[in-house]
Amino acid sequence: MAEYQNIFTRVQVHAPAYAGVPLARGTWVRQGTPFFAYWLGRIGDAQVGPIYLGWTGVASLIFGFIAIEIIGLNMWASVNWDPIQFVRQLPWLALEPPAPANGLQFPPLNEGGWWLLAGFFLTTSILLWWVRMYRRARALGMGTHVAWAFAAAIWLYLVLGFIRPLLMGSFGEAVPFGIFPHLDWTAAFSIRYGNLFYNPFHMLSIAFLYGATLLFAMHGATILAVSRFGGEREIEQVVDRGTAAERGALFWRWTMGFNATMESIHRWAWWFAVLCPLTGGIGILLTGTVVDNWYLWAVKHGVAPTYPAVFPAVVDPATLTGAPR
Amino acid sequence: MNPTIRRSAALLLTGALALLAGCERPPVDTVQRGYRGLGMIELSNPRIAQQTIADNQSPEATPPMPAGGPPASAVFKNVQVLNDLSVAEFTRVMVAMTNWVSPDQGCAYCHAAGEDLASDSLYTKVVARRMLVMTRHINSDWKTHVADTGVTCYTCHRGKPVPANVWFRNPGPSAAARAGNHAGQNTPAPQVGLTSLPYDPFGPFLDQANEIRVVSTSALPTNNYHSTKQTEWTYALMMNMSQALGVNCTFCHNTRSFASWDASTPQRETAWYGIRMVRDLNKDYLDPLGPTLPPIRHGPLGDGPKVDCATCHNGVYKPLYGVSLLKDYPALAAPAPAPAAAAPVAGVQPITVATLTLVKVYFATGRTELPGDAAAALDALAKAHPGQQLVISGYHDAQGGAAQNEELAKQRAMAVRDQLRQAGIGDQRIVLMKPEQAQGGGGGDNPEARRVEVSLK
Repeated sequence: MAEYQNIFTRVQVHAPAYAGVPLARGTWVRQGTPFFAYWLGRIGDAQVGPIYLGWTGVASLIFGFIAIEIIGLNMWASVNWDPIQFVRQLPWLALEPPAPANGLQFPPLNEGGWWLLAGFFLTTSILLWWVRMYRRARALGMGTHVAWAFAAAIWLYLVLGFIRPLLMGSFGEAVPFGIFPHLDWTAAFSIRYGNLFYNPFHMLSIAFLYGATLLFAMHGATILAVSRFGGEREIEQVVDRGTAAERGALFWRWTMGFNATMESIHRWAWWFAVLCPLTGGIGILLTGTVVDNWYLWAVKHGVAPTYPAVFPAVVDPATLTGAPR
Repeated sequence: MNPTIRRSAALLLTGALALLAGCERPPVDTVQRGYRGLGMIELSNPRIAQQTIADNQSPEATPPMPAGGPPASAVFKNVQVLNDLSVAEFTRVMVAMTNWVSPDQGCAYCHAAGEDLASDSLYTKVVARRMLVMTRHINSDWKTHVADTGVTCYTCHRGKPVPANVWFRNPGPSAAARAGNHAGQNTPAPQVGLTSLPYDPFGPFLDQANEIRVVSTSALPTNNYHSTKQTEWTYALMMNMSQALGVNCTFCHNTRSFASWDASTPQRETAWYGIRMVRDLNKDYLDPLGPTLPPIRHGPLGDGPKVDCATCHNGVYKPLYGVSLLKDYPALAAPAPAPAAAAPVAGVQPITVATLTLVKVYFATGRTELPGDAAAALDALAKAHPGQQLVISGYHDAQGGAAQNEELAKQRAMAVRDQLRQAGIGDQRIVLMKPEQAQGGGGGDNPEARRVEVSLK
């Protein structure tokens, strides 16, 4: 098993194509003849298919396709249907939400109406995909952890694009669809509300974000490191602790005095990952609705420290009498 | 490694490097300005800075003219702005303006060739006059921004008739009719650092006076209805200013709280006045000149060029690195008191301008004989302008009777004409023109007044 002592997968396990466990009920079956892809095998299972779509999957894809079409065609229209400019400027292009003056009204299509339609179709698509995920897990007799983790991400998405705009009374507060434009929006959002880094829920979200990646790295490294002792069979070792689990546990106990178990490390990682968008969503929801300037909020509550003055005192010229406007 | 993997790896590496193509090549120097740990630093790349420094050198000032003599308004017609200057200083400023604004086109850029210097037939002259008023306005009324360093024509023009950085009303990129609304942004716009921020930060903030401040002054919501979208417009203006001055956000702001004045640097005050100054200039000086300009100088919506921060700054935190050219040209500051003292004695003072050579011949009191060096100068003049018509005008000072003085001025002009004839110039090329006001300016025996001017027709 020395082949597993590598950062990249160097072992491809070949087995006859496997159709999967029988489906209990329902009219849909898994479709397509399975085939093997060597390159996919280098990063995962080489077997592709058969796939299961189901009506939620089909509906989700249709709604998602409509959403992507509305967004993509609007982007293309914004460069006057020039295919070269569409490709060249793609990272800059966007479908913008309505102007704030429209409030929660449905504006004309080219003044934010397209954005609302795209948002509706995309949200429907995502929710249908969630239903599909939940039902597939149930069909396999699994727990629904993945679906609830996905729900955490959907929470953040809905807060940004729907719930918070509703509370603020304007769809103009929502995020544009676009690569650079949504990043510029993020920066502008932070500036408008006095620096999001002073938002404690933003702090928590960052802690869980980096925490989740750290835990994933620690766990992944530990399992790879003990794979020569069969450590990749970690679920079995939850109940039947073998030498791999013992060595991994001992390593962390020696290193930092405490160790997770083969089971609890997955709960740690799951909760860190799920709490990242959960707390982030709460932070966004409070911004503008409950707190308008996070820096001043942090000063008020003793979070933001004061620093010695370096520059001579600066006065806002607008407060001086006789200053120009 | 097998060849397929090696080829794939090479391809991946090339792709990754291509993504870096838009990045600035190191090194990057940092200078800490604020308290430690706050990230109050200025970034610069010595390689790029070297070029920027070379591109932003102030030109040498010409030596000041000996003061004294009649005011320009007494000698030249239609002098409306610099009429308080002595003729010598006036001419020096005119030469400087030519070198700063139209070195390739010369005087004829504003003074129509073949017409009287007083003629306003070219739009450029009308604009230049207005720009002189504007320059004086900036230097006297906007010291909150330009301090005593001030500005000259060169600050913006840099040897070009139209400064490199101006802006026009922006119709935005064209889009299809029923979809693809840009909402004023989302196109790689150079004026906002190629971001997808609103592409016209000028119109709302530097022409109109829309509110720039969007951040609340209280922790909890009160009645600040500025939206995130509006913040993007402010952000766009700030990106433009940052680019125009070649500085980071932290040149003016402590980024932990952009809005807080007590955490800002003094430069933010200067910039605040700068924004108001630019608005003032666009509203009162630049925009109203639009109809004066020919269509070739208009923007896509038919308006004239307007200024923003980059017009003067050209990517440098202080235009021309803070060198004051104004102190060598006080005429461009507030209306200056007329200089007195030292005056030219009898002699010749050639004034070389790019396309127009003026010679002034100065005479002793009551005399009509040419001074010693006049013959050589007039010969040179005749050779320098073969085939062109020369206009001769005689002046006198304020002493003595009117009739006697008229005759004196005429005889002086004749003396110059005779010398030009001797130099081989035929009568058809010589025009004797009696000035509207033959009294050459100044009071009493002002030596500047006792002269004959030779100019090109």
